[in-house]
Amino acid sequence: MTITHRPIKLMYFAWVREKVGLAEEHVQPPVDVSTISDLVAWLRGRGPEYAAAFERGEVIRTAIDHTHARADARIGNAREIAFFPPVTGG
Amino acid sequence: MAVRVQMEDFDVGAEIKALTGDRTDIGAVVTFTGTVRGNTPDHPIASMTLEHYPGMTEAELARVEAEAIARWPLEASLIIHRYGTLKPGDNIVLVITASAHRQAAFQAAEFLMDYLKSRAPFWKKEQGADGQGKWVDARECDDEAVARWQIDSAK
Repeated sequence: MTITHRPIKLMYFAWVREKVGLAEEHVQPPVDVSTISDLVAWLRGRGPEYAAAFERGEVIRTAIDHTHARADARIGNAREIAFFPPVTGG
Repeated sequence: MAVRVQMEDFDVGAEIKALTGDRTDIGAVVTFTGTVRGNTPDHPIASMTLEHYPGMTEAELARVEAEAIARWPLEASLIIHRYGTLKPGDNIVLVITASAHRQAAFQAAEFLMDYLKSRAPFWKKEQGADGQGKWVDARECDDEAVARWQIDSAK
């Protein structure tokens, strides 16, 4: 049996949301998914819509529990992880 | 010192009055108002929809404001950012900074705008006159604008 993380809420915004086809979902990736990069690689394998959304994965920004995070950031005990394009407010 | 994220419009004059009121320790008030342009380099736009990340937006704007307060002697400050569907000419964002002297107020207002443009989780989608929607791309010059303050952008 695969050991998994506790459920993590994922949120998608702007064109990432449109491509994934969901605004949010809960997932339980295996524990060897330890960084944001690992999580992106794991998500890409979940279906064609994820593969399309994360095709240019290096462009997509991430936040862990409402704080900007880099690709090498560890997931740890994150409750909420968000994926989005570079921000365009102001 | 406050941040507000709202769908409704704002009244710049009323916000200045509410922020500075009867105070006599303020010698300089600077405001910046960002508005929706009706024309992009490519095409005229009919409207613009701003999406944001409720919860993180407020947290990030508060961090941006705290950074400005740590750098300049501000007596009062306010950030208002709208979301939802806006038309050309509509207000998008308001920054007000108040200080004893103008230099701090000018610099802090510019810093707040550069910093929030690189960090606050908002995304603009333009609707063209032809009904086509297009997500606005981030601009490299915005990254350069924030780099001169020597702080991390969201990259």
